[in-house]
Order: sequence, then C-alpha cells, then structure tokens
Amino acid sequence: MFSVIQLPGSNDDRDLRFALKSVLGCPAELVWHERRELPSDTRAVLIPGGFSYGDYLRAGAMAAYAPVMAAVRRFADAGGPVLGICNGFQVLCEAGLLPGALVRNQGLHFICDFVHVRVERSAAPFTSRVPAGSVLRLPIKHGEGAYFAHPDELARLERDGQIGLRYCDARGEVTAAANPNGSLANVAGVRNARGNVFGLMPHPEHAVEAEFGGEDGRAILGSLVDAVAGSAR
Amino acid sequence: MSARRDPPVDLALAREHGLSDAEYADILAILGRTPSFPELGIFSVMWSEHCSYKSSKRYLKRLPTQGPCVLQGPGENAGAVDIGDGLAVVFKIESHNHPSFIEPVQGAATGVGGILRDIFTMGARPVASLDSLRFGPLDDAKHRHLLRGVVQGVGGYGNAVGVATVGGETTFHECYRGNILVNAFNLGVAEQNRIFRARASGLGNPVVYAGSRTGRDGIHGASLLASAEFDDTSATKRPTVQVGDPFTEKCLIEACLEVMSGDAVVGIQDMGAAGLTCSSFEMASHAGTGIELDLDRVPQRESAMTPYELLLSESQERMLLVAQAGREDEVIQVFRRWGLEAVVVGRVIADGRMRVRWHGETVVDIPVDPVARLSPELDRPARQPADLLERQKLDPAAIAPESDWNEALARLLDSPNLGSKAWLYRQYDQLVQGDTRIGPGGDAALVRVRRMDGTPTRKAVALAVDCNPRWCWLDPYAGTVAAVAEAARNVACTGARPLALTNCLNFGNPERPEIMWEFAEATRGLADAASALGTPVVSGNVSFYNETSGRAIHPTPTIAMVGLLDDSARYAVSHFRAAGRAVVLLGENREELGGSTWLAERRGLEAGRPPGVDLAHERRLAALLADGVAAGFIETAHDVSDGGLAVALAECCFTGGAQIGAEIELGDAIRADALLFGESTGRVLCATSAPERVQELAARHGVPARRIGTTGGDRLRIARASGGVWIDAPVAALCECHARAIPRRLEEP
Repeated sequence: MFSVIQLPGSNDDRDLRFALKSVLGCPAELVWHERRELPSDTRAVLIPGGFSYGDYLRAGAMAAYAPVMAAVRRFADAGGPVLGICNGFQVLCEAGLLPGALVRNQGLHFICDFVHVRVERSAAPFTSRVPAGSVLRLPIKHGEGAYFAHPDELARLERDGQIGLRYCDARGEVTAAANPNGSLANVAGVRNARGNVFGLMPHPEHAVEAEFGGEDGRAILGSLVDAVAGSAR
Repeated sequence: MSARRDPPVDLALAREHGLSDAEYADILAILGRTPSFPELGIFSVMWSEHCSYKSSKRYLKRLPTQGPCVLQGPGENAGAVDIGDGLAVVFKIESHNHPSFIEPVQGAATGVGGILRDIFTMGARPVASLDSLRFGPLDDAKHRHLLRGVVQGVGGYGNAVGVATVGGETTFHECYRGNILVNAFNLGVAEQNRIFRARASGLGNPVVYAGSRTGRDGIHGASLLASAEFDDTSATKRPTVQVGDPFTEKCLIEACLEVMSGDAVVGIQDMGAAGLTCSSFEMASHAGTGIELDLDRVPQRESAMTPYELLLSESQERMLLVAQAGREDEVIQVFRRWGLEAVVVGRVIADGRMRVRWHGETVVDIPVDPVARLSPELDRPARQPADLLERQKLDPAAIAPESDWNEALARLLDSPNLGSKAWLYRQYDQLVQGDTRIGPGGDAALVRVRRMDGTPTRKAVALAVDCNPRWCWLDPYAGTVAAVAEAARNVACTGARPLALTNCLNFGNPERPEIMWEFAEATRGLADAASALGTPVVSGNVSFYNETSGRAIHPTPTIAMVGLLDDSARYAVSHFRAAGRAVVLLGENREELGGSTWLAERRGLEAGRPPGVDLAHERRLAALLADGVAAGFIETAHDVSDGGLAVALAECCFTGGAQIGAEIELGDAIRADALLFGESTGRVLCATSAPERVQELAARHGVPARRIGTTGGDRLRIARASGGVWIDAPVAALCECHARAIPRRLEEP
C-alpha cells in the first residue's frame, strides 16, 4: 500500500492518491499526520505538496515535527522508499532525511509553469522507468523551490550521484535560462546517500493523464510502483 | 457589572454610523425605544449599502433568475446550477475593491477567502477561481505597487488553500487611478441533494461558532469602507481591512465539508461582512426563527472586547453552524480534529428575536425581520449624464487612417490591456486538484468535473469573466449587453453550452443621479441579454461608491459566465494547433470603430457608440460552436474582441506555446482600420481541417462563415483581396511584444 501523508495544509494529497490509485491502479490511502505508526502494509511513503501548517515559519519546518514523521523516519531508516514532492521535498530536507534546503525563488515570485527536467540517473526505486539523460516535462508550482546546499555538500552530492533531476531546456541542455528558480546547479530533485529517499520540486502527480499536463509524471511514480511490485515478489 | 463605557446613542451618533435621519427614525419606531450602542451598530451594518442593497434592490428584482437548470438563485451565499448526474455547480463573484486599494495584499487575499467561504458554505468543494482586476495606468508607481500586491494576495491565498486560479481578466485605465477593482470568482461542485443553506431551523438547536477567534479587525469594513467613497483620509481606514489566514481557511474547508457530509448540521453560514451579526440575522430570518447568543462564549483573540466589537468584527475564517440538538459534540469534534476551535455560542429560539447576552446582561434584543428583511429600499433619482451624447459623438471621416499596419499591431499587442497576463497567472497555482484542461490565457478556462468522492466525470465546466468598461461608459446598456454576450461567446469557444451567470456590478456613488442612471441602464442590459441568451443570473454582488473625491470609475458590470461541456474529450482551444488548417471567420466584420482599443491606444480617443450586439446571432453562434466542437471538426475557436481581427489572429498564432503562422486574405469592403482593429461583436475565428463542414454547419445555423486563410509558416501575413499586404510580421516578434507588455513596465525579466 502507498501511504500518502496528509498534513494539515496538504493540497495535492488527494491528487497524488488519485494518480496512484485511479491512474496507475495501485492501492493508496491518506495517512493522517497525527498517527504515530504507518499502516502496517505500507510499502512506500509519499509526502505531497501544499502548504503544511501554512508554511508560516519556513516551508516544511513545522511538518518535520508532525507526529507521523517519526514513523516516516523509521520507515526510511529501514530502507523503505520515501518520496517527497514540492512541500514534501521541503519537509524531508527540514527533517534531515535529505541534504540541503529549499529557499525563496530567485525573483521572489511563486511560479506555476511547465518545465523540463533531465533525469540524471536511472535507478530504482524512483527513476528506473527512464534512461539517464531523458527529458521530462513536468509542472512546478512553488514559491520556495531554489535548491541550496553548502558547496562541499553539493560537490559530494555530484560525486555520489545523488542529484536525481536537473532543470533543462527541451533538448536536455542544462542552462541558466532553463533554471526557473535559481536552484544551485539547476537541481530539481535529490536523493539520500542510500537512494531510498527522494525529493523533487516538480509535480509528477499533475502529469499522469495525457489531457491534463501530459504523462511524463508516470516516469517517476511508475518507477516507484515497479519498485514496490518488485519487492513484493 | 459592565466594564464597558458605551457612548450615549442619539441622532448624531447614528449619522456617524452612516445612517440617515429617516433610517434612525425607523429604528426608533421598530424598537419603541432608543437603541443600545451595539444595536445601533447592528442596524448600521445591516442597513448599509453593502449588506442591504438598498439602492440597487429595485433594479435587481428585474433580473431573470429562474430557469430549468437553476437550483438556487440569488439570496443565498451563492447560486447553484444543475449540471446533471446529481451534481450541481455553485458559484459567485464578489468585489473586494476598497480594501484592496488601501492594503492590496490583504485586501485581495481576504477577497479570495470570502468568496471561497460563500462556496463551501453551500456544501460545495471549491475547485476553480477567476479574478477580474482593474488598475490605473502602469506608469504610475502606485499602481505597479497595487498590481504586485493584489497578485501576491490572490496567489498567496488561493495557492495555499489548494484551489486553482484558472483564468480572469486584467485591464488598466485612468478611471481606476483612484479606485482599483478586485472581483473574485469561485466555483465549487456539490451533490445536488447535499446543498446547504443558511437556515437556523429547529427550536432549541445549538448554534456553533467555528474557526478563527474574533479580534478587533475589520470592524465596519462593510458599512464605513465599502459604503462610502474615498477621499484623502482613506488611508486612515486601513484598520478596517481584515487580515487573511489561508491555512485556517484550508482546514475550515476540509472540516466543513466533512461535517456537511453527515446529517448533524441543519444550517451553516460564513461570517463575512458584518460578521457574527449578519450571519445570525440571515440564518434566523431565512428560517423564521430567532437566535439567542452568549457573547462570553465567543472565542476571542484580544482581551476586553466589547459587545459592539464582538458583534461587528469582520475577523476572517469564521463560520456559524446550527446543529441538530444533541449532536453538537460530533460537529465540534470534526473541527477540533482539524485543529480549529468550535464552541456552542447560542441556540435557536421561537420568538423571532435576536437576543444577545454579555456578562449576564442583555445587550441586544431586537426583532429579526425588520432588520434583515425590511431594510430600506431607496428609489434614488437617476439622470442621464449631461455629456453622454458628447461622448458618443464620433466622426469617422475625422479619424486619421493608420499608416503603418505592422507597427499598429505591434503596439496594440504591447499595450498592457491586450498584452499577455502570464506575469500575473504564473504566480497562481493553476493545476491543483488536477482538473485544469484549459488554464489562463485563452478565451475561457475548462475544468473537469469530479464527484465529491474524487471520481472524475466526462463533464467539464467552462468559465469566463468579461467586461469592457469603456463601452459601458459610452453606453452602459449596450456595454453590459456586450459583456454578457462576450462572456457567453468565450465559454462557447471551448464547445461548452453557456448555462448561467453571476455578476459583480461596480459603480460610483449611487447618491449621484448620473451614477444611478448608469446602474439602471446596465441592469436593464444585463436583464435583456441574460434573458435572450437563456443564461439566468444566479448570484451576484453590487459594489457602489467606487470613486475618489467625486471622480467615479467607468461603470464596470463584471460578468462571469459558466458553461457546461457534456463530453470533455472534445473541446476547442483558442490557438492554432497545427499548420495546414483552414481559418474560417464566423460572423461579420462591420465598420464599427466606436469605443475600440485601436481608437484609444492609437488615436487617444474614447468616443463613439460601442458596437451593436445581435443576441439572436450570439445564440446561434454558440449553438454552432457546440455542434462543431462536439462533432470534432472545430479544433480552434477564438473570440474576436479587444483589438479586433488582427489581434485575434496574432493571438491564435502564439498563445498555445508553439508558434504557428497564418496566411490570411481579407476583402476590403470597409475601411481597413475597422476591418483589422474594429471590435464588431459576434465573431469567432475557427481553425479546422474540414472547412466545408464548418461552412455547411454555419449555413444550417444561419451564421455567416467565410474561409479567410490557412495556418502555417512562422509569419502572420494579412493581405487584401484587391492586392497588397497590410500585415506581414514574424510570429516570434509579435509574441515578444505580447509577452513583454507587462513585465517591461514592471522592469522585470
């Protein structure tokens, strides 16, 4: 079962459940933020986009201390796949489950638009469906999505292949013009060292139907579905 | 033991509250005594223009509000319309003009918050927002600040509550320099058999207060801010602007929808204008009951609040519910689970009175109906403006003809009014809830309809908001008819059938006979057009006093139209989709330059009579589009409106992202500036791979149709049939003019 964490202020929780359940055909349920344990049949955890607790302090800062997050941490420590999208990515960084931080967009505006991202590495459980170098067209919608990490840390992430997605142009070139928010090194998504926790600012759940944002989001969510199906065998 | 020191109530204090001498005499007669200070406050807000519609009532009564699809017309929080499958769409548009001028971020944010509450109060999940914004010229630093602030407010609130902003309109004109307009629209979807109304039914039923605590913010927002014109001291009214908390609103939406999915709630009302007072009176009045409130139980944000403040506060994100007796705990538990306060603050009583207690003392005891229903109805004098005929004068022979057509088109596309609004809508989440098929930037938005349990249906709703204030200033009747026609045409361009409309009537000071005349003419136009198009008026809002120091805005009756597309797999977009398609013009080019954007932008003239509207033709055109789109051979349909045919063709070339040019040839029976830039109504550009089928269908519907060219290439070329070329420009260059129009004036990339 895919557990979609429902924080107060989560906005894309139902959309993510719909993408997993109705479009990709996998069991998925919302898990309330006050629960101290994940449902026992949880095979993957997803933290959706939104404005958890209003994001009044700093995006994701409060949610990192939600009761359910201790259980998410245990799940991740045990090697379970955890995917954070947009606010979920911010929450995972704030919780220390992913390196770096997401700061205010360069230009200071909230941005809702379709962007291109290049898949830097093809690997289970998040990008196995697409080869490295593939270009995906996905929507972003955030005000605090500029990826930041200390230069030493960024160098380490580059070296260890932890940068999962980079903003690029339609041909896959990673350029300054293709960077919508001022992220360092055009980073759009990163994974942890072990590779089982992944965060990204673009929204794969809003790109799973051809007529509603295209289907490129299936590359990410579908990879996770494959990973869960594979581990169940 | 009362710690408060209320001022003594007399005629002078009543006048300070904005009440007339006659109204104060009525209050004395109704009560048979001098009102207490809180009672005076209640009368003043309930009888304010904003809450009572006293100047507009007699005109609003003439609007067509009924129709086979109407489930709920005006009078509730929002209108509700049957879309089949047991579902209803619930929608309304409302103004938040004065607060946004004084404090743009919070003013706009709370405008969005307020309209959302009107929708979910009815039991509908809010799914799509639009906004209609009017500013002064962008060369004014104040208006650049206001634009930035309003967009930040609309986006900051809408994005955080998780409701997509899918469209809107934004224009700039000198007349809004002293008074901007911020009109917010929202549409929600509800199960028809679970539409909730503001009813305090069932004697003894508990009255539950839920949401944010009550503070001292927004006191007299409705009466003093919204019901008087601006002057130099308006900035001192900043404390009357409320502050929004979208996180609480988001939790409130989820909690309310959860309690309304059960049967413990009898009635529900949001606390909007005039707060606790207005919501209690409306609920009691609708049910023919009374309400007893205990103010000591009201959750308070500040200490030592007086009854007057508690009753009149417009603190945001608050709801009032009437629960089934004995089930209040169930209701309260749901709110608590969402981290919200909820307490019983009173109960429903039988004697038709509002009785309010505070510190053991009865501070208000007044009959409900005289306050809620018998509010004054005024018949204000109306007189045609003395200079109206002067405004309408236009001698076509005296208008210098255009010499450089390419330059004219480029300049029009670069004008803030016709330029791209992407700078605004990129700051709005257009996608949340996953149903946006067509977002901002086209004629109308198209949003898939889901059931309340999240299951998608085949249906979609099309949404558009429109008004041409220049036309309404030149002729308020014709301008309003045109606004309704254009909104319907925009919706029809997606292939949807126009269903019903809501309106926000923004005008100047109704105490001036010229303004009242404009209002009378506009509502007459609204009634005629809505009747002729079969699109009833199901909700709306009147905003008067939009003027500063005696200078009124142009009459701005904003029309938001909702249409239904039964099979959303088939729809048309407003840009070219491919090369090699035939371009067909539906409708006729007439020699009409009056009130056009070209005349204003290129000749500095706002004059003439606006183009005529043939409502029967508009109806046929909408039917033709619905058939052509459903049959699958109209893939592009774009309304020809502001900027005329040349601007509409240019927009078709680049608004879809990919740039696709076109070769067009036009006959020149009328003067070229009217042909290229005139704004004759009833016209739609189509792109199709089956032009003969479009023409056949048009003939069947009695709509003139002419093939005028073919898509393809990377240039827009408009040639004259008798030889020569008017326009020949790279699509990329035209797109650049359009894209940069607003950012370059804000000095942003």
